[in-house]
Amino acid sequence: MKRTLTVIVAAAALVVSACGSKEDLSGSSGQSATGEVVVGSADFTENKILAEIYAGALKATGAKVSVKPGIGARELVVKALQDKSLGVVPEYTGNLLNYFDQANSKTSADEVYTALKSKTPSGLEVLEKAEAEDKDVLVVTKATADSGVKSIADLGDGKYVLGAAGEWGQRWQSKIKELYGVSFKEIKTTDAGGPVTVDALKNGTAQVANLYTTSADIKANDFVELDDPKSMYPAQNIVPLLRSDALDDKGKAALNKVSAALTTENLAELVKRVDIDKETIANVAADFLKTVQI
Amino acid sequence: MIFADAIAWLLDPVNWSGAKSIPVRVGVHLLYCLGAVLGASLIAVPLGLYIGHTGRGGVLLVGSSNALRALPTLGLVTFLYLVMNGVQTVSVLIALVVLAVPPILAGTYAGIQDVDRGVVDAARGMGMTGSQRLWRVELPNALPLLVGGLRNATLQVVATASVAAYVGIETLGRPLLDGLRVLDYAQVVGGAVLIALLAVGLDLLLALAGKLVIPRGLRLAAETRRRVKPVEEAEVVDVV
Amino acid sequence: MGDIAKYLGDAGTRSALLTMLLDHIYLSLVPLVISVVLAVVLGLACHRFRWVNTVLVSVSNVLYTIPSLALFVIIPAVIGTSVLAPVNVVIALTLYTTTLLVRPVAEALAAVPDHVRAAATAMGFRPWRRFLTVELPLAVPVLAAGVRVGSVSNISLVSVGALIGTGGLGVLFTDGFRQRYLAPIIVGIVLTMVLALVVDLILVVLRNALTPWTKAGRS
Repeated sequence: MKRTLTVIVAAAALVVSACGSKEDLSGSSGQSATGEVVVGSADFTENKILAEIYAGALKATGAKVSVKPGIGARELVVKALQDKSLGVVPEYTGNLLNYFDQANSKTSADEVYTALKSKTPSGLEVLEKAEAEDKDVLVVTKATADSGVKSIADLGDGKYVLGAAGEWGQRWQSKIKELYGVSFKEIKTTDAGGPVTVDALKNGTAQVANLYTTSADIKANDFVELDDPKSMYPAQNIVPLLRSDALDDKGKAALNKVSAALTTENLAELVKRVDIDKETIANVAADFLKTVQI
Repeated sequence: MIFADAIAWLLDPVNWSGAKSIPVRVGVHLLYCLGAVLGASLIAVPLGLYIGHTGRGGVLLVGSSNALRALPTLGLVTFLYLVMNGVQTVSVLIALVVLAVPPILAGTYAGIQDVDRGVVDAARGMGMTGSQRLWRVELPNALPLLVGGLRNATLQVVATASVAAYVGIETLGRPLLDGLRVLDYAQVVGGAVLIALLAVGLDLLLALAGKLVIPRGLRLAAETRRRVKPVEEAEVVDVV
Repeated sequence: MGDIAKYLGDAGTRSALLTMLLDHIYLSLVPLVISVVLAVVLGLACHRFRWVNTVLVSVSNVLYTIPSLALFVIIPAVIGTSVLAPVNVVIALTLYTTTLLVRPVAEALAAVPDHVRAAATAMGFRPWRRFLTVELPLAVPVLAAGVRVGSVSNISLVSVGALIGTGGLGVLFTDGFRQRYLAPIIVGIVLTMVLALVVDLILVVLRNALTPWTKAGRS
């Protein structure tokens, strides 16, 4: 009896350890003994394209690279960098700074970037920022805009329903009140600039939606972006965030070259090719690297 | 530690008022679950009674409904949402109904099938017509397994209705997904606890209802059968 | 249809699909294998010690009510694994499947008739050999039935992992949704169902091979 149990337990241990080793193979150690770099991305198209572009550029330096797309919000991504599940991720300067420094009040591109460099926790670092930017933006339908809503300041007090991702309230609710005296009748949790948000605005369950400036949905639906004269939303330049030991100098140089080539226009075009024209992310990223000769 | 945070989240008055409060979410969650189980029962119970009673097409039908179990709910919800152009309620309800049909159908069918043939023959011998046999003999005898199927379906639907939050519905899946986005474990665990409580509560309620509707003489048999439930259900599947 | 052809026409997409499929198989079947082993051990314990049974019944009742999505996220917080590690999904599904299997296995072991056990003993089988060659094989049909239910439910549950970024075919649903692109969603649903069907078929064949006496009895 005892021996049977021993055999069974040993077998179980074997199976368990076997799955442990698979985990290593799948590269969840960010930059493991084999020197593989894992590029992660958040769960939206643009970020996934950027991750593929980073991965392609790093591969060109001869590094072993894998991509782990669609991870979720910043909190999860940063944690994954720190616990070595990831090596590099494409990030956005403003939101990243606000995440590292909740008291931050800087909003212009250069100020934000400088502050970000000093606030990034040790062990992590950011490389050069790109000119390309993808900001949060509040949008309304054309009809609402025609009724006189042109800027965030026109949203009034408790007049409209906003559709935004779950964490919007926590991040911006008091800020928008403080800067513009604006509050919403209700903040509906939709998704982060995805179909649920867009549909909520289209079918009127929300009158204001939080989208992102490179979103192909804005033009496709004739949505109007509201002005943000007091710069509530900070600059959001694309920037690679990495664990310092994940990349060698060649790798860092390659990503800086990518950042130098990225503009808001060419990025928006890449997003459109994936979201509207249904091209694959891998192909779009490869095309980009070819055109900018990386 | 996490659980202390979760309890703090659960008790925080902020979470008990407004459009995103715990009571609202519990209510919405409950509505979707009840709708789904009710809808599934309307389809599965008559169907199960019919094929169990006539013995026609049973194996094929129950087999194919069991193939439905492999249908990923997240896939179905996203598919229906896009096809129906953003109609959240209906797409989620259909997906949950599809989830609930197989256990109820299997329970009903197995219940009727399991009725002692001698009992049915005795009923026939007493001169009962087909429908009399179904309503007075087969159905009461099938109730224990039928209720078992309902309980299985309810458990699954309550746990799965969280997925509805992905298409923007304020079910108890909301704190799970929102908490996940910002790694706020208090919210995630708090939401999970609420879902678990809801599931346990509904299960107890159904068990109680079962006690009331199942004839006393059958209860003992019911208890023993329910315990080996998953297996019996699975055995009905054997069509491949 | 044209969309699906276009979608599958890309070689990069096809190789990505293969990776997802393999991930999916790994994430759903490894827990199944571990669970079978655990369920036999625990089932045996249940059968020998009454209190194990009591504990397991209450634990499994509670466990089954916890939504998979929550379990996927809570596990790294409780045992300190990396948040993105596939092992979280593996552990969660192992817990579900084991609880599904234990009770039937314990009951099947208990249901072995005493005269069978006595006969084996009389033939000179020592207890461990009697367990492996007589009692366990007799429990195979019950075990197989449970494993089939477990495999189908695991294969469909792994998709939910896409909401936390653990890979598998579920990624096709979230990706397709964000792009409003039905092709990947349909492909994902079809692949999931085909996978479940194929695994089920293999399990039936395996069961029949392991229980030759049932066939002899039937014919």
